[in-house]
Amino acid sequence: MTTDLQKGISADRHVLGNGTVVISKEARTVPAVTIHVGVRAGSIYDSNALLGLSHLTSRVLDRGTREKSSEQIAEALDERGVSLSVGANRHVMSVNCTCLAEDFEAMLELVGEILMQPAFPEEEIVKRKGEVANAIRQDEDSPAAMAMLTLFGMLYPQQHPYGRPAKGTLESVARIGRSDLVEFHDARFAPAATTVIIVGDVDRQRAVAAGERVFGGWRKSVAGDVTLARVPSDRPRQERVIPMMNKAQADIAYGFTTIVRSDPRYYAYTLMNNALGQYGIGGRLGDSIRERQGMAYYVFSSFDANVVEGPLVVRAGVNPSNVDRAVKSIDEEMTRLTKEGLTPEELADCKQYLIGSIPRLLETNGAIATFLQTAEFFGLGLDHDVRLPALLDAVTLDDVNAAARHTLDTTRASLVVAGPYQK
Amino acid sequence: MTSTVLDNGLKVLVQEVHTAPLASVWCWYKVGSKDEVTGLTGVSHWVEHMNFKGTTNIPRDQVKGIIEKFGGSWNGYTWIDQTTYMETASTAGLDRMLFIEAERMANCLYDPDDCESERTVIISELQGSENDPDTLLEQDVIAAAYKVHPYRHPTIGWLSDLRTMSRDDLYQYYRRNYIPNNATVVVVGDVETEDVLRRVDKQFGSIPPGGAPRRVNVVEPEQLGERRVEVSREGTTAYLKLAYHAPAVGDADFFPMLVLDAILTGAKGINLWSSFRTPPPQRSARLYRALVERRLASSVGAGLLPTEHPFLYLVSATAMDGVGLQDVEAAATEALNEVASQGISERELTKAKNQLRARLVFENDSVTNIGHQLGYFETVASLDLYRDAPGRIAGVTASEVNQAARKYLRSDRRTVGWFTPSGGDAE
Repeated sequence: MTTDLQKGISADRHVLGNGTVVISKEARTVPAVTIHVGVRAGSIYDSNALLGLSHLTSRVLDRGTREKSSEQIAEALDERGVSLSVGANRHVMSVNCTCLAEDFEAMLELVGEILMQPAFPEEEIVKRKGEVANAIRQDEDSPAAMAMLTLFGMLYPQQHPYGRPAKGTLESVARIGRSDLVEFHDARFAPAATTVIIVGDVDRQRAVAAGERVFGGWRKSVAGDVTLARVPSDRPRQERVIPMMNKAQADIAYGFTTIVRSDPRYYAYTLMNNALGQYGIGGRLGDSIRERQGMAYYVFSSFDANVVEGPLVVRAGVNPSNVDRAVKSIDEEMTRLTKEGLTPEELADCKQYLIGSIPRLLETNGAIATFLQTAEFFGLGLDHDVRLPALLDAVTLDDVNAAARHTLDTTRASLVVAGPYQK
Repeated sequence: MTSTVLDNGLKVLVQEVHTAPLASVWCWYKVGSKDEVTGLTGVSHWVEHMNFKGTTNIPRDQVKGIIEKFGGSWNGYTWIDQTTYMETASTAGLDRMLFIEAERMANCLYDPDDCESERTVIISELQGSENDPDTLLEQDVIAAAYKVHPYRHPTIGWLSDLRTMSRDDLYQYYRRNYIPNNATVVVVGDVETEDVLRRVDKQFGSIPPGGAPRRVNVVEPEQLGERRVEVSREGTTAYLKLAYHAPAVGDADFFPMLVLDAILTGAKGINLWSSFRTPPPQRSARLYRALVERRLASSVGAGLLPTEHPFLYLVSATAMDGVGLQDVEAAATEALNEVASQGISERELTKAKNQLRARLVFENDSVTNIGHQLGYFETVASLDLYRDAPGRIAGVTASEVNQAARKYLRSDRRTVGWFTPSGGDAE
């Protein structure tokens, strides 16, 4: 628990002999433990022919090991009330497990077994492929999902791994066979690609000893990493409409590519995004589109710098008759921010808010585990939470305004409208 | 935990939790969509929105920033029994949080232009949720399951009411219900109880009590025969819902029914604010095995929510592409009939209790979540019930669960809903 900002999370980091990183943090708020294991096996490693392979692997990974059937795993989890989920983002597949402290050792062993010795039973692959196909069809009926999938394809064109659908397509998922899952696991799951985070009511020595016992004997090498193409940000404005006339509301997704996570301007972008589309109810965008014009229940922006230039995306849900006015308002806010910049008061408010929110955002075991996993992935250091206030505080008005000018150029925006709307 | 009542009738609950330099303040009102009359559905929720738009002592343009200065988050929600507002921020912001809630109780502005502007925001909220066919179906199933009880209205309201309601309707409703003797203030966090009580009294003590708000005493007549609802719209996926009349939280059957739900679809817990955001342990649950493992549905879930009056036990399934809804329904009702006719095993009982014990721990992992639970139970039932919940769950017997299954999972007391995508093949 972060009871004081100076001391911070103070997690322990150990690198096992085989390269697996084990990070642990004792937190006694509740008698529970969160185990968060990340492996560099996200959707960027899918081939174009087998889009959705990482996602499907995440769905089948915990459905049988060499030692245990899917049913035995289900019983082991359910009889203790354990919450276990496997998910994959662009870079990392993670196994997330929340259990009572009394079950920690048994669950870490099970998580290890799932990660290191999955059996990928044929029957489970068939079932989970059906579920993924259903989820893809549900996305096709969701304006919000269609707007985002299309926007990412526009921001990251030419089959860039950030622009492809993580779930894959109906065709690509149908093509995936058991040998593909086995090969994917063989290539990507290895000690040097794995970070084990343990947060909760378990003391440090016990956590590290358990990590060593479960993962220390794993011997396996990882395949070469993929190289991601850099993403140009100087593309002319592009707009697309996806008519979904059976719906009541239109979803707008509007975005740009930005910077990489290691870029020193990251904190200026974070503050710029906060002022633009987060502070209060949706920042400046919320003030205009929701509060002053009453056009949308939700409007906000999000900024996600990554290994290559990540996106800054504005989202809004509006009545179809308000689409044009809402897009115009988004454009106006971008132009106002690039031309006039933030006021000193706005920057001070956003700094105070983001710095002040750190203890609240690091209150629960799950939140601390996610924070530590991100810090490890981007190499931010174990003391990142302690350094974060100064990093934010050092940002000047010029830094933020330069970030806005660099990115928020409406002539280079990508825009998707999905819903009961036609041009 | 300290519980006290001010002279004006305001209930105050304080719990010290010294794990982080944070405080969470919740202010609860015993008013929700069940308290609405025809023509004014959605008024509770709209009033909630208006109560973020400035007060006599907090100008409209200064609402934003008060809590943010303390790194805090703020929010509110309305449901069938209750309306609530919350702030969680650094402890230094405690006075400001209490000030905002006192202002909200007594001095909101209801500027006519703001009311109009919010009308379209709320209609946008309604239309956004109706983009989801599952939500559309749920709304119709709930409306069909009740003939007279106001639980039949969606909390967001019916569109025609949202179009016609006036500023005066909103304001009168606000004035009638936002009074100290209809509210509970909860403070949880790195605070000292005596200090909190002094501060609460300073902020709220001078707000005069109001006349006792009208209480709903409608009793839904017993359902005599299955009801069926079909919703159809263009789409890609078919959805099934089965709604059974369920016990209220204060009913002796509630906890046996909660255990039954864990056996059928995995334990969720009893925290509306946090529990339903993480998937339940459900892979060995009966309905999961009957539907998902047999490839009839891509997902199945159910909810038994703690409510003041008898609400619904609502089972939802997403049909697998190419599987007819009648097959999903047949498999689901077979599993439900089986538990009603043959009962549960001791092993299932133990597993369900273990799951609920764990969920009760997980759902109280922050000052915000603890604050929610104290206020929620005080508002819809009683604090005693909340304190007793772990013991009540531990004490549930197999025969109580079997009795609940027989009593509630009856085919002649259920409402069945189908969402059939038009242009698709759901048969």
